[in-house]
Amino acid sequence: MAESARMVDIHVMGKHYQVPEGLTIMTALEYCGYRLIRGCGCRAGFCGACATIYNFKNDHQLRYDLACQKTVEQDMYLVQIPFFPAAKAFYSLEEIEATGEQVLSLYPDLVKCFGCNTCTKTCPQKLEVMWYMSDALRGDIRQVSAKSFDCVMCGLCAARCPQGLVPYNVALLCRRLYGRYLAPVSRHLEDRIAEIEAGRFDDDLEKLKKMDVRELRRLYAGREIEPAN
Amino acid sequence: MYPAHMEESIRKVEATRERRLKESLLRLGDEQKTPLLQRYHPDYVAGKMRQLALGPNKGDYTPDEVADLLEGNSCLDPDKIDLGRVDYDVDVLVIGGGGAGATAALLAQENGAKVLLTTKLRLGDCNTVGAQAGTQAADRPNDSLAIHYLDTMGGGHFANVPELVEALVKDAPMVIKWLGTLGVNWDKMADGTMHELSGGGASRLRLHSARDYTGLEEMRVLRDEIRNRKIDYLEFSPAVELLMDDKGQVCGAVLVNLETNELTMVRAKSVVMATGGMGRLHIQGFPTTNHYGATADGLVLAYRVGAQLIFMDTMQYHPTGAAYPMQILGQLVTEKVRSLGAQLVNVDGEQFIMPLEPRDVVAAAIIRECQERQKGVKTPAGQVGVWLDSPMIDMLRGEGTVARELPAMVRQFGRFNIDIAREPMLIYPTLHYQNGGIKINTEGATTVPGLFAAGECEGGVHGSNRLIGNSTLDIFVFGRRAGRAAANWSKEVKSGSLTLEHVRCWQKDLERAGLSKLRPVSPLLLPDYARPIPDYLPDYSAQALTAHRIKLT
Ligand SMILES: Cc1cc2nc3c(=O)[nH]c(=O)nc-3n(C[C@H](O)[C@H](O)[C@H](O)COP(=O)(O)OP(=O)(O)OC[C@H]3O[C@@H](n4cnc5c(N)ncnc54)[C@H](O)[C@@H]3O)c2cc1C
Ligand code: SF4
Ligand code: SF4
Ligand code: FES
Repeated sequence: MAESARMVDIHVMGKHYQVPEGLTIMTALEYCGYRLIRGCGCRAGFCGACATIYNFKNDHQLRYDLACQKTVEQDMYLVQIPFFPAAKAFYSLEEIEATGEQVLSLYPDLVKCFGCNTCTKTCPQKLEVMWYMSDALRGDIRQVSAKSFDCVMCGLCAARCPQGLVPYNVALLCRRLYGRYLAPVSRHLEDRIAEIEAGRFDDDLEKLKKMDVRELRRLYAGREIEPAN
Repeated sequence: MYPAHMEESIRKVEATRERRLKESLLRLGDEQKTPLLQRYHPDYVAGKMRQLALGPNKGDYTPDEVADLLEGNSCLDPDKIDLGRVDYDVDVLVIGGGGAGATAALLAQENGAKVLLTTKLRLGDCNTVGAQAGTQAADRPNDSLAIHYLDTMGGGHFANVPELVEALVKDAPMVIKWLGTLGVNWDKMADGTMHELSGGGASRLRLHSARDYTGLEEMRVLRDEIRNRKIDYLEFSPAVELLMDDKGQVCGAVLVNLETNELTMVRAKSVVMATGGMGRLHIQGFPTTNHYGATADGLVLAYRVGAQLIFMDTMQYHPTGAAYPMQILGQLVTEKVRSLGAQLVNVDGEQFIMPLEPRDVVAAAIIRECQERQKGVKTPAGQVGVWLDSPMIDMLRGEGTVARELPAMVRQFGRFNIDIAREPMLIYPTLHYQNGGIKINTEGATTVPGLFAAGECEGGVHGSNRLIGNSTLDIFVFGRRAGRAAANWSKEVKSGSLTLEHVRCWQKDLERAGLSKLRPVSPLLLPDYARPIPDYLPDYSAQALTAHRIKLT
């Protein structure tokens, strides 16, 4: 960080710090001297560990984001949400059915959603959380899966839902149901597994394993390469 | 939105795009690859590696940053630890809550073991969630296990352990099915055919993906399954030392609560090490794609009980880490971008390497382009990089492909007002993967009885360079095998009484090697990014702090 970098004022849990502009919320915390244990995982926007709530000195509207992805701005007031207790249904996937009734029986509180849209406004992934919750209520498992797919399970929607619902766990149930029961079966995968079990590739592999490196190299260099699709 | 001087270079990239859509560079032959790697790949930079002074791999070369930790001292004083007090007594202890650890825990439980999983941060805070592109498995009709085998060996420069590669390719289709049964949503066509992509070094379309959130999808499902099956797990409780018995078998571990420093003693009939990689050691100062806890802990613990390591002189630098904007420096730009057709081009808009060569080759070519040929683009923060020409993708495959196939990438760059469907991304190699690790056999057993290993912390499967999609495969194949083998071992083994004698022996060995004083304490647990405290204050930060705090207990 060049000495000449412009500094911005931020407030961490109410305490004032100056940090160079261009840092993420996460690296700004570290610049302030915090050594993170909670609230820091992949540092790349995939794990949802770093859910953050913030507003500004003169704008009290709450905003939500991932600390590892969001750049600090002048006069930000920051709070990290290191953990949020969220209800989860326990189930054995092989013993349940991919139906709307099933989803509702595992998450009966779904009916309490009154469509306030707070969850959607909260989501740092910009998902249509309220819409997938209403899809879940209607039993459209496929739609829930599609709309919730990019969920990093950061917990912000659940933290803010006035009805105490946990959209991301409902979505996870629906995606698992979809993946196991509703997605079309891959014939070629089943066929290949049967071939492997019948030992169809054993001789080839045995030969390759014993082959000397020079011969392997030759085969490798001459192998046919399928064009990208 | 790029600064003006970068925009200028983008104009040149745009000007050559029409022509490049039809231009395909040839793959390099061995005679061109070898000198390219030797001159430009970081693994070959003289003076950045050293020989280990003690332990089972004494005399082997490894990067200085790794050697410092492998030769480190324990944070425990064996004389002060009460081995009579056992907090958990289980059949199988799994160390690490990423893809490999979760898989091993599930399989160990299925095979009748009482399992405890312990992990450093939250369950699922790991490298697995970052995997974007996909998982390999040779399941299409024009593909075969033999071709997958050959691709993997070639990618690894033929140094891979053949039996491990055989196991990898043979279990692969079954693993894809297993994950599907657990509810992983693979990208499929309407008729169920898997939508598979090509990847660097793979000669067939073989990458199974879940948009560009493949690892996240895999991990979310496994984590949920661990919870549903009520497998015990501890978070924020990394292992800091293994326990042995008086017969030389691994018999549990000492864990530390990261927040309170409390020690937890776990007695286990067997241990599965699944601690992942080491990107956060920032070898040679490279940025990394890895998660916050990727600090080689498993290697350190295994090494101290005498486990052999393999291929510790080779790291994988992913060719395409973000070089701009600074906020995402080093973060992964998935190889899927190249699989979908994007080329690598220099400041003048010219291609310089066939984009789907194996990773080490592409990384070396980018370093050459920037360092020797001075054809890189410099950012305001002083970073150099070359362009990854993503707008080609929609031109090749139709409008909307980028949005559909790369939502995570679109989102990540969109935050900085860069629309990757319209503008290219600036990239440079970033530290990505530990090719080597703890030596295992096909069942995941290490060279020390009672200790098993799976996933990125083990080595041999990938030789000296891993192919895309083979690591998320590795963690399931060997996670399953190690979990099962550990459960079976636990049924047979007669454990003796617990000891930390190996720590005493290690400390004597350090002394003998002239290394006893001022050793860094290892494992490292977390990197230190907190701003250094001025000299006049005590060093409360980072490693000193970790060492100090744990020593207190
Ligand atoms: C950004 C990114 C993208 C990738 N993309 C792909 C891809 O497309 N395809 C592919 O095949 N591979 C990919 N890889 C590689 C692959 O994801 C990883 O190699 C693999 O997931 C590692 O799994 P693992 O379970 O071995 O380790 P991890 O998933 O990293 O899990 C290790 C776990 O161990 C824990 N741990 C560490 N130390 C301790 C300790 N002392 N005590 C207790 N717990 C500890 C960690 O906190 C973590 O939870 C990618 C990697 C990254 C980083
Ligand atoms: S849906 Fe909820 S948990 Fe998922 S990313 Fe959005 S806010 Fe986070
Ligand atoms: S915040 Fe809660 S109640 Fe409001 S729409 Fe979302 S799920 Fe429904
Ligand atoms: S640390 Fe993983 S999303 Fe921010």
